[in-house]
Amino acid sequence: MKLKKVLIYAAIACCNGTGDVMLKRGMQDLGPIALSNWTHVFSAVMNPWVMLGILFLGGFFYAYLTALSWADLTFVLPATAFGYVVTALLSAYFLHETVSLWRWAGVLMITCGVGLVSGGPSLTEPRRSDSLTGAEDPA
Amino acid sequence: MNDLRLWLAIGAVVIASSVGDVLLSKAMKRIGDLDELRSKRGLLAVITRVASNKTFLVALACLIFSFFALLTALSWGDASLVAPASASLTFICSAILAKYFLHENVDRRRWIAAGLVCVGVALLAQ
Repeated sequence: MKLKKVLIYAAIACCNGTGDVMLKRGMQDLGPIALSNWTHVFSAVMNPWVMLGILFLGGFFYAYLTALSWADLTFVLPATAFGYVVTALLSAYFLHETVSLWRWAGVLMITCGVGLVSGGPSLTEPRRSDSLTGAEDPA
Repeated sequence: MNDLRLWLAIGAVVIASSVGDVLLSKAMKRIGDLDELRSKRGLLAVITRVASNKTFLVALACLIFSFFALLTALSWGDASLVAPASASLTFICSAILAKYFLHENVDRRRWIAAGLVCVGVALLAQ
């Protein structure tokens, strides 16, 4: 169970962060989208970087669905936030965007938040009143 | 004007993805453990089961809308601003919706974690 939590957290974070950076890289090739010509955004899916990004985000989605099938949304969400740490790292080294000291402080805080929530219970226990009134409860 | 345009796109991403997340969580709880289902019946059964769930399909529509709004926002601003800004707001919005609509037990540990992640994500946008 512990290993399952760690693996699903890692898969969610890595696929989400990498996917976003691939999308941004693809959108750099396309240039800004004008509001008057917004359907141009659909042609983005033909760009190889955007395709790769979609592939990564597909992997993220499967991991995310699996996690949500046995864990609370508020347990899984910090894992998706950890993806933005991956985005910050890749933005710095791959897209050459400037990452200031403040951003690194942000990275540290997100990491602490994820560490905190992942140490706790993953699913809300049904409350006593719920199980007493719940029609689906076999007991 | 360009800033307003960018934040409107971010707002659209936030609302669509929070509602999508909550509906998705609701649908997946009803479907049950995907790992278990896959090991018993195979991947095809998982896909059929998930794709035939109405709540899942509505959630998917919300998430697809938020995806294209995100693509648009990414073309207008830096990935290291757009991605964290929409994430931070989605995070708060989804946590509140999860507490009131999914009745999740958001205890002190989770609120502190939520606070840390939100401040952290806001710092990323500096």
